[in-house]
Amino acid sequence: MTEIKNVGILGSGKVGIVLAQLALAAGYNVRISGSGSVQKIALTIDTLVPGATASTNQSVVNNSDIIILAIPLSRYKNINSKLLKDKLVIDAMNYWWETDGIREEVLDPDTTSSEQVQKYFNKSTIVKTFNHMGYHNLQEDARESGDPNRKALFVAGDDHDAVDVVAHFVDTMGFDPVIHYQLSDGIMTEPGSELFGASLSKEALRNVIDNFDETEFGKRIKQSNN
Amino acid sequence: MIDVDKLQFGLETFGDIVANEDGSLKTAGESIRQIVKEGQLADKLGIDVIGVGEHHRPDYSVSSPEIVLGAIASVTNNIKLATAVTVLSSDDPVRVYERFATLEGLSQGRAQVMLGRGSFTESFPLFGYDLTDYDDLFNEKLEMYSKLIEEKPITWSGKFTETLKNQDVYPKTDYDGLETYIGIGGSPESIIRTAKYGYKVIIAIIGGQADRFVPYVDLYKRAAEQYHMPVQPIAVHSHGFIADDEDEAVEVAWKNIKANFDRIGLTRGWAPMSREQFDGETKVGSFYVGNPEHVAQRIARTIKLLGLGRFDLVYGAGNQTAAQRERMIELYGSKVIPRVKEILSEGE
Repeated sequence: MTEIKNVGILGSGKVGIVLAQLALAAGYNVRISGSGSVQKIALTIDTLVPGATASTNQSVVNNSDIIILAIPLSRYKNINSKLLKDKLVIDAMNYWWETDGIREEVLDPDTTSSEQVQKYFNKSTIVKTFNHMGYHNLQEDARESGDPNRKALFVAGDDHDAVDVVAHFVDTMGFDPVIHYQLSDGIMTEPGSELFGASLSKEALRNVIDNFDETEFGKRIKQSNN
Repeated sequence: MIDVDKLQFGLETFGDIVANEDGSLKTAGESIRQIVKEGQLADKLGIDVIGVGEHHRPDYSVSSPEIVLGAIASVTNNIKLATAVTVLSSDDPVRVYERFATLEGLSQGRAQVMLGRGSFTESFPLFGYDLTDYDDLFNEKLEMYSKLIEEKPITWSGKFTETLKNQDVYPKTDYDGLETYIGIGGSPESIIRTAKYGYKVIIAIIGGQADRFVPYVDLYKRAAEQYHMPVQPIAVHSHGFIADDEDEAVEVAWKNIKANFDRIGLTRGWAPMSREQFDGETKVGSFYVGNPEHVAQRIARTIKLLGLGRFDLVYGAGNQTAAQRERMIELYGSKVIPRVKEILSEGE
């Protein structure tokens, strides 16, 4: 299993900052980039995540064992797909119409957002997680393994080894992973689903996933697939 | 150190539709008139600010806050009149200036501009804007607004705004110019931008613990320093409900805040609020719910923790009755605010 020491985060918004804080607290070296110049985010990183390194996208990718995409979905194509070649990439993004605008332009209605991201970064391995819990819950609900109040995160991807590596990473970040070896299953956590915005225990999260077809969102997805 | 004498307390409403005692709903017009009455009540109680939101949805009654504030101005003496917030991105900065300058004149200097990108986005398609320009729209219009409030002839050209050549704007204000806040939701970029312009910041804490904003306050101060701008007192707004009885307060808030949150979630894709989530928010999070003592303790803690200069309570979420809203305002003004000041003075 790939050993992760260096975590790279593309995106220094609310989610990127929280994930950087968690990764730093978990003992990883953290590099983070924003949409502007390094100088532009330096003050933010220095104040909110002291100990993390503000970098360029290139430097984040070159120096990290795992990359987290924490930018608005509408901007992932601003990143050259070759930049992430051969990298293990966590997709923490969602199609969020409030910031991403009209659906078809951002997300093909016939696919899920992570599958679309995987198609674009076709030389990278994409695993979806950190996408369904609110950023303040991510920050406040992280707990040591075994804590009775620990919450869970859904981890989905097509590559078994990659999913296992990310699941272990999620565990070190303070959450129980609930694993599905199918990237398209990420749909079960997208906006509109019962999991989006929820912070649940492993058992409660599994329960929703196991009964996904019975949820309102699940019924709608099933109907639109027929 | 908190200067208790300088602390400000505000009330904000987003203009939720008011309920009748039998559970049926009042009309938008009735709800708007209720806000005017509440503004008058808040003024009598010595509350510092009344803020009125801008929404373009069926569940809210106010889309033109300055008109409502104008009505409140005519029946009050001291209370500041704010928006919460004006969605500058989908507005015309010239019109925004004109409306607030008018309110400023009407109220003898009590107008307060609160600008934001808006956490709701209904105004974008309504006024012909594209959400994909979300950031660019706000940046450009804020820049234009900052020129307009200098109240001198302006020469301007932009992508989303009108071209002006040495154009003056009216009415001029009699006082020290328009007091301006930027409402932010916690994006680091927004904090830095506010500091750069030297505007006051009001942080909307609408989920989670206030504790996580401690470094954000630091970021505002450090950014202001970097841009050689004054460090203004920080304000926070959060939701709440106060009743004489603790259990009653929790029951009313649970019913109404949940209904409000879930209804918005339906269009924005988030899951319904669980009781666990609600209880967490009321115990240690961003909902200030309970009897006056409980709410005062929690507000005092937040003010102290973040070193605030102002705290605004957002009231009326969901479909509360006029009696519930008015009693809440009375308790806030007559019991909670004095008690918060007392707690903070004791702590020194």
